[in-house]
Amino acid sequence: MPIFARQGFAALLVVAVLAAFPLVGGKYEIDLIAKILVLAIFALSLELLVGQTGLVSFGHAAFFGLGAYTTALLLQDPDPRSFWLVLITAMLVAGLYALPVAALSLRTRGVYFIMVTLAFAQLVYYVFHDTKIAKGSDGIYLTGVPELSFAGWIPFDVTKSLPFYYVVLGLLCLVYAFLTTLGQSRFGRALAGIRLNEQRMRAAGFATYPYKIAAFVIAAMLAGLAGFLKATKDGYVNPEMLAWHESGAVLLMIILGGLGKLRGAVIGAFAFVLLQELFKSDAVFGEFAKRWQLLLGFTIIACVLLLPHGLVGLPARLRRRERENG
Amino acid sequence: MNATTFLVQCLNAVQYGLLLFLVASGLTLIFGAMNIINLAHGSFYMVGAYMAYALAPWVGLYLGGGFFTTLLVGLLLSIALGYLLEWAFFSLLYEREHLQQVLMTYGLILIFEELRSILVGDDVHGVQMPDWLAGTIPLGSLMTYPVYRLFISAVCLLVALGMYLVLSRTRLGMAVRAGSVNREMTQSLGVNIDLLYRVVFAAGVALAVLAGMIAAPVSSVYPGMGNQVLIICFVVVVIGGIGSVRGAFVAALLVGLVDTFGKVFFQEAAGVLVYLMMAAILLWKPEGLFRQG
Amino acid sequence: MADALLVARGITRRFGGLVAVNAVSLELEQGNVHAVIGTNGAGKSTLVGLLSGEYWPSEGRVELDGHDVTDWRQPRRARAGVGRSYQRSNVFAQLTALENCWLCAQAQGRGLRGWLGPAAQRDASWDAAHGALERTGLTDIGSCVAATLSHGTRRQLEIAMCLACRPRILLLDEPLAGMGPDETERMLMLLSSLRADHAILLVEHDMDAVFRIADRITVMIDGRVLAGGAPAQIRADARVRSAYLGEASEA
Repeated sequence: MPIFARQGFAALLVVAVLAAFPLVGGKYEIDLIAKILVLAIFALSLELLVGQTGLVSFGHAAFFGLGAYTTALLLQDPDPRSFWLVLITAMLVAGLYALPVAALSLRTRGVYFIMVTLAFAQLVYYVFHDTKIAKGSDGIYLTGVPELSFAGWIPFDVTKSLPFYYVVLGLLCLVYAFLTTLGQSRFGRALAGIRLNEQRMRAAGFATYPYKIAAFVIAAMLAGLAGFLKATKDGYVNPEMLAWHESGAVLLMIILGGLGKLRGAVIGAFAFVLLQELFKSDAVFGEFAKRWQLLLGFTIIACVLLLPHGLVGLPARLRRRERENG
Repeated sequence: MNATTFLVQCLNAVQYGLLLFLVASGLTLIFGAMNIINLAHGSFYMVGAYMAYALAPWVGLYLGGGFFTTLLVGLLLSIALGYLLEWAFFSLLYEREHLQQVLMTYGLILIFEELRSILVGDDVHGVQMPDWLAGTIPLGSLMTYPVYRLFISAVCLLVALGMYLVLSRTRLGMAVRAGSVNREMTQSLGVNIDLLYRVVFAAGVALAVLAGMIAAPVSSVYPGMGNQVLIICFVVVVIGGIGSVRGAFVAALLVGLVDTFGKVFFQEAAGVLVYLMMAAILLWKPEGLFRQG
Repeated sequence: MADALLVARGITRRFGGLVAVNAVSLELEQGNVHAVIGTNGAGKSTLVGLLSGEYWPSEGRVELDGHDVTDWRQPRRARAGVGRSYQRSNVFAQLTALENCWLCAQAQGRGLRGWLGPAAQRDASWDAAHGALERTGLTDIGSCVAATLSHGTRRQLEIAMCLACRPRILLLDEPLAGMGPDETERMLMLLSSLRADHAILLVEHDMDAVFRIADRITVMIDGRVLAGGAPAQIRADARVRSAYLGEASEA
């Protein structure tokens, strides 16, 4: 059993706060937080790949989008489909594409790997954008609904705000717990070793290629899960979910939050979305709110320069500043 | 398809490939010499195109010149821009991890896009080509081919030749090639690395801007053009081998061919073909066709 | 005479036009230290890489326990008992000495449950890591972060990480590099103690050390074997004297 101790208590506290939130929040706020929680799952999946294993992928949106599109394509009939069936299929499709992509991309290193993963994501983007598989650049709406049933009992409609919120929160906790356990397992430690010094790992006897492929596929499947949730929530998918802007955004989230820590991914998702909301808000920026991308661009640059360890590393930085200032 | 149509498509493919080479060569040079991955490179292409549109009336009014004067002014501006950007921003990227470079240049793209939006707006524009290049030449008995497209290819070939000469025959070229292989050694040989980097970077920017300017009359000027060309350039650089200008040349022509003929034969699936080709090449050579060093 | 554990038969390695290693044959036997000496650029490190599995030979064969392992990559050879230390310390700088050895030891784990089980469990790999630290006399600094260790200690940690994988063959690439006289003494004592249970290949520049500890010496020049034999033979060999020993710098 992994030992949680103080960090576990903090995590439970956060979950409790999130669980209690709908009592105080209105519909808009609940939907916003739900959106953040879905992105947090997406960010966590990338954290496994980048933060834990050291593989910087710039094409992770492909698996997010594949999960979303699979969901949409499965839910084109008004007849309801099993929630779990759609979820698992979305994850499997993402994982199936991840397998050949990983096998090919992992033959490259460093910058090549970054560019190759980007290109493989573009491949999927163009498939959905240019072909008629899913009405091209217009995107498609979900006509059906996933139905969450436990042995025949349907407790609620999962596409409604409140139930969806709790389902996402529950899944986020599951993913978080899974990744924590994975990180402390032999497999997870091996991934960390690969990140720290792959040559030494090979010299010790680890066949690093299969380990990296496994990490890639797991990360892809979790991204597919996030995609499924997003499609279910929005009721709509379009090719922009696969665009490299999306891959860039999720990379930014984990950097903003802090690489190397799972909670960094969650914090990063919150920070990113809330920052965007802030920059887009007329109330704060008035006319300038239309130019929110400008602010976001500067924020990204400032973040990389000033917060190399992300928000997670901020307390340590402040403490160091205090000590230096006497 | 008959011989003339085939020839037309070939010419199109070569022209597209050569234009890609112009942009990709800047990307690969900057990467090879300075180990910087620059996502904002596509933005320079866009800047070039918008410059061709925005500067033309100004140049006509104050300098009394036409297309070529605009080109010259644009090039000079881009060299200045490149120099300034390297000093103010990109010098912060050396020695940083690639992930940080990716994110910082991604932020730069957003800034460029918004600045363009503020300064010139989001509309799509056309750019006039000079009259003497606006004609067509006959191909066979039935078809004609636009002279301007041949002009584009000619310019790109000239630039390619110039690059080859500079890189292989001049001291500057040697310094660039040496710098990309071994930074410390080059510095200890007395080469002013900072100045070298600034020059290479400015050259890279100028190449992309030039490409945007000469492409503007045929591709028109629209907001998303920078991002589109960027990804394809990445594919070209990866296929050709990062840092290799020769590789970028071969790869760009390959991509031009696959993309053009792909659109002819496969229509919908054309966008995908280039990426499939990249995958196939990586299976065979994981570091590109002409890997550096 | 012990059976040869690791054998190289006429291995050649070309990088483009350069022939780094040219038709080299040698044997490593348990209980023996086989030293490889030669000028810089003689191909010694490439030879080590060929034996460890980091490079594949352009020609020739590598045999382990009589089996042809030429096609085996490094991880597979490592699991079969071929350990390697690097010329420049190749440790996990952010981890403690114990964690370094422990991580290496975990490569030997098997089975799916081994993969998913928590790494924190005390088990065979934990014992192997502790044993390796003991063997190299590093038990006291087990909880020190590798980056904070002195150069000499880090070289010892290199060896310890090798030992944590319980190898039968040790390929040591200049373990004495940059060491002072005391540290060199300690390292030589360690190597002597390891001799009995392992087949050791030692690439070194320190001639005193080599002649003290080696049972066999192979001299390489320009990728080829110039001479090979017992230390006394090599010392007396005229070709070796003129080509190498006469110009060798004292360590």
